[in-house]
Amino acid sequence: MTLNYRNIALFAGMALLLVLEGASAKNAVFSGSWDTSLGILNVGLISAVLALGVNIQWGYAGLFNAGVVGFVAIGGLAPVLVAMPANPGAFSAGGMGIVAAFAAAVATVWAAVLVNRRASFQVRLIAIPVILIGGFLVYRAFFGPASSAIEAVNTAAAGNLGGLGLPVVLAWPVGALFAAGAAWVVGKTALGLRSDYLAIATLGIGEIIVSVLRNEEWLARGVLNVNGIPRPWPVPREIDLQSSADFVARAASVGLDPVSASTLTVKLLYSALFLIVLLILIWLTQKALASPWGRMMRAIRDNETAAAAMGKHITRRHLQVFILGSAVCGLAGAMMITLDGQMTPGSYNPLRYTFLIWVMVIVGGSGNNWGSVLGAMLIWYLYTKAESWGPQLMAFVTSGMADGSVIKAHLMASAEQMRLLTMGLILLLVLRFSPRGLIPEK
Amino acid sequence: MDFLNAIVALLNFVIIPASAYGAQLALGALGVTLIYGILRFSNFAHGDTMAFGTAITILVTWGLQSLGVSISPLPTALLALPFGIAATAALVLGTDRAVYRFYRKKKSDPIILVMASVGVMFIMNGITRFVIGVRDIQFDDGVRFVINAREFRTATGLAEGLALRSTQVITLVTAVLVVWALFWFLGRTRTGKSMRAFSDNEDLALLSGINPERVVAVTWIIAAALATIAGTLFGLDKSFKAFNYFQLLLPIFAAAIVGGLGNPLGAIAGGFVISFSEVAVTFDFRKVVAYLVPGDWTPDGPIQLLSTEYKFAVSFAILIIVLLFRPTGIFRGKSS
Repeated sequence: MTLNYRNIALFAGMALLLVLEGASAKNAVFSGSWDTSLGILNVGLISAVLALGVNIQWGYAGLFNAGVVGFVAIGGLAPVLVAMPANPGAFSAGGMGIVAAFAAAVATVWAAVLVNRRASFQVRLIAIPVILIGGFLVYRAFFGPASSAIEAVNTAAAGNLGGLGLPVVLAWPVGALFAAGAAWVVGKTALGLRSDYLAIATLGIGEIIVSVLRNEEWLARGVLNVNGIPRPWPVPREIDLQSSADFVARAASVGLDPVSASTLTVKLLYSALFLIVLLILIWLTQKALASPWGRMMRAIRDNETAAAAMGKHITRRHLQVFILGSAVCGLAGAMMITLDGQMTPGSYNPLRYTFLIWVMVIVGGSGNNWGSVLGAMLIWYLYTKAESWGPQLMAFVTSGMADGSVIKAHLMASAEQMRLLTMGLILLLVLRFSPRGLIPEK
Repeated sequence: MDFLNAIVALLNFVIIPASAYGAQLALGALGVTLIYGILRFSNFAHGDTMAFGTAITILVTWGLQSLGVSISPLPTALLALPFGIAATAALVLGTDRAVYRFYRKKKSDPIILVMASVGVMFIMNGITRFVIGVRDIQFDDGVRFVINAREFRTATGLAEGLALRSTQVITLVTAVLVVWALFWFLGRTRTGKSMRAFSDNEDLALLSGINPERVVAVTWIIAAALATIAGTLFGLDKSFKAFNYFQLLLPIFAAAIVGGLGNPLGAIAGGFVISFSEVAVTFDFRKVVAYLVPGDWTPDGPIQLLSTEYKFAVSFAILIIVLLFRPTGIFRGKSS
């Protein structure tokens, strides 16, 4: 970002919105609650990380990822597997079976790929289906008993593998790794074909990862949800703060009751943690963008043929950047679960976690990291506030109508549906009239 | 006897449902493939176009029902279909004018058009929820069964019942009629021929005096009709819920790509490939096997490759296999 007055003013304006949200008296526009303001800020910071990930794919390389939700979800699996306490007896019940099942799956795919590369057409035609179906049956033979054995261990409270009991911050890079692995599989198949195919393939992987999380109870309890994911290191629990006499005294000295002081402290510590991650990422992405590598990526995006003529391997670079971007999305997913303190697979909605992120990137300015951050904060703010603004606006519009009229009731009931419509409208308007976004690339 | 029972069970749980679902997917995929052939982008809003068309059809159905109009034993929704098609056609022509035309004139990258279609998807989704809400809606008011399971059992003396729902028959008959009409239009009429010419070679078509805006408008109208019909048939067969139509997007795209994007015949084949694999892979064959093997050979657990929750994984797996081994699809559509 060039440090000009316009960009500084944009960020200052965003900060002012959040401050007003917290500091002003309660009115039609602002809630006047620091709690809400910090809540928006925290999710906004995570959304900014997500938007950076999508910007790496779209802004640097022009790759359309329509399955961001899947990479967020698979990243969210990491805190469960890393930070939760182990479910005693679960691994000995079925852990080896699960490992054997996945070994069988990997061996099957590897064998099929090998046959596809080496054998003649006639051999392939018969051998590949045989290998795939046979391998799938072997996988099922290991997997079925193992997963039900795990689900039988301590079903009411856990019924899953549990985690390693390590600090939750370690789960963040692990989440990024998970997402990178999923991205490798998708990118390897769908890149190098026409650009729409990646969009469609990612749409698919997004839905599949979410449905796996919903249904595999041995993994993360499926729709039963995992609760009580440990807090990261500097963030205490509200209840501990409230029972500390020292904290209560200090809260009283600034004129706050212990309950709201503790929630504000926790939220502020989260904000600090997320801000550190975001700043590191921005520093890294800005460095990457300014390096020869970044120049090469832009060259590929702007003219693939010319870049290929200069000896650049387009598909390989696309795969690389796709994996990097997805890893950042996975990181954001892990951070999100850490903030929520629980894993609820039912909440992964593609409209919220894929297409809303796209709106953030496009509005902020695709190709510009600072733009993505601003877009994420702004759109998340508007999206959250639209929840209360919508009904108020509708009440204003319908104030002339008679109370109890069917049309008024219908309009009031559908006010909350207007959020998506508004987001779609913003996307289309920005794409058409200001395709370079709030903070353009150059 | 046991062999007949096995066949009836297979018909009842696999072949009939998969055929109906396949016909619905095929109609959806035809719309996607036509848009792709003429306008050259993957329309992400297609699922929500289907939802919008179905929502309007349902509203008109309710209106007709309250007026006492009925075409029993057929569902009233069939009578309401033309109104749904007209409203959807007006909507997509409006979006084309307001959104897509700008990028077409600018000759933007196809991916920008895909992105714009995502915005359109949001808006159509919002409109659909606005006009009809998010509830699950049943709007089939016709006769439920052509063949009833219990009557079938008493008539044939078989242990296994065969149920043929009227919506399944309606789906198949309508799909055959629509596909016939579409191919007649594309193959025999002047407009249809100009559409094919435009799809094959845009420059040559322009050179021979074909009006591109007219071709595009006709394509949108046909796509709207196909989407509304597919959506209404799907809704009659199962039920109407806006989010389910968004989820149909993946099988529909898979069907279009498997058949070869831009190839109408391929889209139909692709629809049936996807639906039959989806149903066969997630069906528990235990019942069928039990009829065929001696009693004590039948395994205890289900004989099912994947649980039904993973039916979307099937379309995805087929999509991946096709992309890996034959990216142009079975019928050689466009790949670049």
